[in-house]
Amino acid sequence: MTKDLRNHVLVLVVLLVLWQAVYLFVGDLALRSPLDTARAAFGLVRSEGFGAHLRETATAFATALAIAIVLGVAIGFALGMNRLAGEVGEPLLVSFYSLPKITVYPIVLLIFGIGMPSKVAFGAIHGIMPIAIFTLGALRNVPPVLIRTARVLRLGAWQSAWSVLFPAARPEIFTGLRLGFSLTLIGTLLGEMFASQRGLGFLLMQAIGLHDTDLIMALTSLIVLFAVLASMMLLACDRALRHGS
Amino acid sequence: MNMAARIAEAHVGLTGVTRVFGSDPQTQVKALGPIELELRKGEFFAVVGPSGCGKSTLFDIVAGLSPATSGKVTFEGRPLTGSAVPDGIGVVFQEDASFPWLTVADNVAFGIRRAGLSEAEVSRRVTATLALMGLADFAKAYPAQLSGGMRQRVCIARTLVQRPRLILLDEPFGALDQQTRLIMGEELLKLWRETGATILLITHALDEAAMLADRIGVMSARPGRILDIVETPWGIERDSRVVSDPRFGDITGRLWSRLREESMAALATAGQ
Amino acid sequence: MRHAAILRLAIIAAIVALLELLSRSGVISRFVAPPPSEIAVDLVRLLTSDRVQAAIAQTLSKITIACGAAIVVGTALGVLIHRSRALAQTLSPYFGAYYAVPIYAFYPLMIAIFGIGEAPQIVIGFMLAIVAVIVNTINALDRIPRVLRKTVAIYGMGSIEASWNVYLPYAGPYLATGIKLAVAYSFIGVIGAEFIMSRIGIGHEIVFAYNNFDNEVMYPLILFVLLVAGTINGLFSAWEKRLLGRRSRS
Repeated sequence: MTKDLRNHVLVLVVLLVLWQAVYLFVGDLALRSPLDTARAAFGLVRSEGFGAHLRETATAFATALAIAIVLGVAIGFALGMNRLAGEVGEPLLVSFYSLPKITVYPIVLLIFGIGMPSKVAFGAIHGIMPIAIFTLGALRNVPPVLIRTARVLRLGAWQSAWSVLFPAARPEIFTGLRLGFSLTLIGTLLGEMFASQRGLGFLLMQAIGLHDTDLIMALTSLIVLFAVLASMMLLACDRALRHGS
Repeated sequence: MNMAARIAEAHVGLTGVTRVFGSDPQTQVKALGPIELELRKGEFFAVVGPSGCGKSTLFDIVAGLSPATSGKVTFEGRPLTGSAVPDGIGVVFQEDASFPWLTVADNVAFGIRRAGLSEAEVSRRVTATLALMGLADFAKAYPAQLSGGMRQRVCIARTLVQRPRLILLDEPFGALDQQTRLIMGEELLKLWRETGATILLITHALDEAAMLADRIGVMSARPGRILDIVETPWGIERDSRVVSDPRFGDITGRLWSRLREESMAALATAGQ
Repeated sequence: MRHAAILRLAIIAAIVALLELLSRSGVISRFVAPPPSEIAVDLVRLLTSDRVQAAIAQTLSKITIACGAAIVVGTALGVLIHRSRALAQTLSPYFGAYYAVPIYAFYPLMIAIFGIGEAPQIVIGFMLAIVAVIVNTINALDRIPRVLRKTVAIYGMGSIEASWNVYLPYAGPYLATGIKLAVAYSFIGVIGAEFIMSRIGIGHEIVFAYNNFDNEVMYPLILFVLLVAGTINGLFSAWEKRLLGRRSRS
């Protein structure tokens, strides 16, 4: 554990040194030093109106993530519990996952209009597929002997799904959730960047348009910080799940 | 070459060989030794021992895969350092080590192609080895299309094609069923006679050791030492029919009487 | 297997037919989306005219450069990182968080470093694609069984030779997943960058058409991107399947 901590501190130091080096190389035009960025980020967080934007993004992200998890796990189970359905559906899921979703964003806008529903939809679109694909894969990897055991115990379909399949597949499903988390966040932010009047993505797009480097750096570093911390927490949960079983 | 001349010469020597894992005196584990052992040139030597006694550690040291903590290992008079596998030693593992992306013929050719033999020589040797191992019809197949026994034959062929003078086998038939093990054992005896190589076989199966080996070393529970060396009376032309010889029961019985307490000791410490 | 493929095609055909029906009957308004048949006709007309050919050539060549570089550099970095277990483990959460980072925010920085022109868009495509390749290379190398590492030692191979002759061939089919993702992410990166600030390229044309309510250009172009990305993805999947087919008994 202490070794882990030391390694993470080391990574952090290397990143900061690299950042500072690039800053010295590029200059003030499009980059700020780590220290200036921290100052700008602090100023941004305390500024008026930031809270409203943050709340907007948080609401959109949480809604999108909830939708992505529920639909993703449901699709994964629907396809994972039936062999034929899995064979038919999996290539469709995988190819949809690997399509550049950004190109269909105009269609999402035409359907949902500018504002919250579009952002949520775009975030959820990004998150559903990895969760569904990992759930499907997880169910397929459940050892057949456990499924036979469930049958020997005379469990019904729902019972065996809930008390045998789900716990056995949980670690791998969780890996899918980790990926889905990151992709839903970027989806939501992209949604805000391209068509919204509120939220962090909107602020970011505005800053890019105005060449407001302070604001760009502050926002990006805050988003990165949140994403990395969340990813570390989820990874810790993931490892705990794997050790426990 | 008669039997007496054949076994007179020392091929592999181990003196005072130990292996300790970990550097902290509080937590380090003495895995092996001290071991004194001499393999004679051309003999078939088997090592049996309770699980966790350091058989595989011994194997890795003799193969040159890892160094001994103390003591000296020699192969053909030259010391082994444990940093590289010397020329003339061939190794077969328990796990399937065939390369799944290569055909059977390319798997067998892998080592000699690396050594820079001409393509004509490579194909001549590969053809001969495939024929010897009964793999001639499967030259173009991929390992995944073969059964476990056949895949292990591919690994043995890949080793034999380099003409090793010492062949090390670590539970090579461990993953196979009993009938296949007996047949593979017979084939191994045939190869041994035809190549004249020295063989060191690590196994947990007492009957396998009793059937195949000239001499059997019995190891103690961890840290493993050689407790006893049992000689078998079979001639060089033996095969799996020796299992019905009354002396076969005597040998496995003697092995078990030496191993029983050690196995119980190994079981009792396995949880720690 | 065949059965599943036929069923899959039938489902896709049914969805297209449903969209056609909904659009023709007016349930989906023409303003939102024209019927699929019209989109297809428009696409053929668009491709045969020289209205978007320059943009398509531009975008596809940028994607090719970004994707190719990401695959080569990403695989090499993956092999390097995988050599240290501690390094791979420490970096894991950062890789996990990477895709939540709005890379486009660095666009102004890219311009400052690489100048205006096509290079910043290529770099963004490259940056998005490379991490997928790195992560996937590490995952693929993790699958290598211990006995193969011992075999490498038996043959006395150096680490470069071992990577090239044993580890990468073993991991080959699993690397295909990373290559497929690299294709997808370089599409996303390049086209997304064109969305924001470019005067040329498919992404720019789509945004331009969207802003002018020009569905006769926007939908065919979207369809075009999906078809190209889908075809490339399908080709790599077929290759992956062939490699994996050799590995499994069927």
